Amino acid sequence: MATKNWPLWEVFVRSKNGLEHRHFGSLHAADAEMALENARDVYTRRNEGVSIWVVESKHITASNPEHNGELFEPAQDKVYRHPTFYDLPDEVKHM
Amino acid sequence: MSEEQIKNLEAQFEARIARDEKIEAKDWMPEKYRQTHIRQMSQHAHSEIVGMLPEGNWITRAPSLRRKVALLAKVQDEAGHGLYLYSACETLGISRDELYDQLHSGKAKYSSIFNYPTVTWADMGAIGWLVDGAAIINQVPLCNTSYGPYARAMVRVCKEESFHQRQGYEIMIKLANGTPEQKEMAQDALNRWWWPSLMMLGPTDAESIHTEQSMKWKLKRKSNDELRQQFIDQTVPQADLIGLTIPDPDLKWNEEKGSYDFGEINWDEFWQVVKGHGPCNKERMNARVGAWERGEWVRDAAMAYAEKQQQKKEKQVV
Amino acid sequence: MKDNLYKYILGIADNSLILGQRMGSLTGHGPSLETDIACTNISLDLFGQVRSYYQYAAKIAGDGRTEDDIAMLRKEREYVNVLLVEQPNTDFAYTMARQFLFDVYHLLLLNELQKSKDLTLSAIASKSIKEVSYHQRFSSDWIKRLGDGTDLSHQKMQDAIDALWAYTDELFHQTQADKVMVKEGVGVDVTKLKETYYKQVNEVLEEATLNIPESKYFQKGGKEGIHTEHMGYLLSDLQYMQRTYPNMEW
Repeated sequence: MATKNWPLWEVFVRSKNGLEHRHFGSLHAADAEMALENARDVYTRRNEGVSIWVVESKHITASNPEHNGELFEPAQDKVYRHPTFYDLPDEVKHM
Repeated sequence: MSEEQIKNLEAQFEARIARDEKIEAKDWMPEKYRQTHIRQMSQHAHSEIVGMLPEGNWITRAPSLRRKVALLAKVQDEAGHGLYLYSACETLGISRDELYDQLHSGKAKYSSIFNYPTVTWADMGAIGWLVDGAAIINQVPLCNTSYGPYARAMVRVCKEESFHQRQGYEIMIKLANGTPEQKEMAQDALNRWWWPSLMMLGPTDAESIHTEQSMKWKLKRKSNDELRQQFIDQTVPQADLIGLTIPDPDLKWNEEKGSYDFGEINWDEFWQVVKGHGPCNKERMNARVGAWERGEWVRDAAMAYAEKQQQKKEKQVV
Repeated sequence: MKDNLYKYILGIADNSLILGQRMGSLTGHGPSLETDIACTNISLDLFGQVRSYYQYAAKIAGDGRTEDDIAMLRKEREYVNVLLVEQPNTDFAYTMARQFLFDVYHLLLLNELQKSKDLTLSAIASKSIKEVSYHQRFSSDWIKRLGDGTDLSHQKMQDAIDALWAYTDELFHQTQADKVMVKEGVGVDVTKLKETYYKQVNEVLEEATLNIPESKYFQKGGKEGIHTEHMGYLLSDLQYMQRTYPNMEW
């Protein structure tokens, strides 16, 4: 039998309730169950988490950095999306 | 792409790094940047997992339960650090198995210090204190290196590593304050590990080939000689504090330059070990290759099982 | 009472000590980095439990001995772990089979020990249950992966189960101290765990497409301090420092 290597998985950990899952790193595992167990052993040894997501790396679709210009730059000059764009008299507090 | 276009991209790339921007996996990068990073990160990862062996040698013989759990946790961390670094390396399009092949075939290098034998319990102290001490000096600046995945892995590594050196120094303190026999054991370990630890920081600047490029890419922030001086200056007072003697008759405080002068390093020994002729090079490689080969049927079985389960699931859906 | 309690604690703790020692020696030599890290975690859990038990035993004994004296300075005949846990790391199938066959028992035991009248033991049990539940999950998964993996892994796992099966019955033997402690409401009546044990084990073996061994020949002796030949070597490592450099602190 030709050796097939364990695929790569990405690990996301929620450090505590109230916080989002954050990308912690990756690891190898044969299946999802093993990926979860490995993630627990590798990435939460020091009490770092209360919840884990794993997803096989090949299922992630990433944007291409070459398209960064068209993807992200158009948002740069839309200052009206930010509160500081709007002038208010100084007397108005808490808005 | 034309040569000119590539030159242009390279210039932009170097400018980004100069501005302290991070490079991420999918960004364009010069081929040399990619290769250099694969080499350095994998070498680093290999050092972590080969480094498990000399300390692993004492897990079953640790003198107390407290020491045993600390050592187990430390060696386990090294496996974790190897894993983080292999993962960072894999973002550059090379698989862990390919990296293992490079290690197992002798093509890839790892830190030569792990080719020295651990012959007494005090070696666990000396390794933690000196080898991890030298490693930390090397590693802390890498938390800011230009390649994002490497920098992030190093942040995690450095955070976890902080207990390793303390663990080692604490072992030394206990021995140095113990019976004459224990103190002798500690001194003997220091005698054997001191010079290899200095060598671990790499050849002298005059002989180091990669330094200039590495500085530009922030793979290195200080030269080998500067790091070595830093290591000596911080370690000598620690030895004094516990009454151990650094095995270097030429070691002397130099008031003028505000640091220690030290004796000649035996670089012949260094190159001999690097070239594969250290005391344990063969044992270390046999252990790694052996573990990998003995594990093959296990890894295959797990894949076969995963595929069967997947097929079962698909059938149920139909 | 004191003497029996001391013996009873060792009867539980020695199993974790010896199995922890076996698992710990794998660190750096496992089939993948990920499994290495996992097996070390199991070892660390077991040693953590051991320390709590021996610290308590040292207090009960009250003769100045420490947890390390109890762990490392007894003679082989004075260790009362079951034979199962001292079996060597022949290969990964043996390692996982040994772990699994012990985990199922261990979890059943701790579930009962939690109800002990002895508050220290019951507290250690409550804490350990979480760890051991994970061990059992981990080892059961590997039994299934290797049992229902490739032909080769199936064969190896079957061999390991067949070989280690002979050591399962001893888990349910009672020593004199056990009987006294059960009567006191401190100890667990292990004879009552037997049926559930084999039921749970068999379920996993079946799912793993493995045959349940039919052999009715079992080995025993560990609980009385009569060990297999592997034990002396394990202890030589475990005790090396304490024996070579007596009366020192580390």
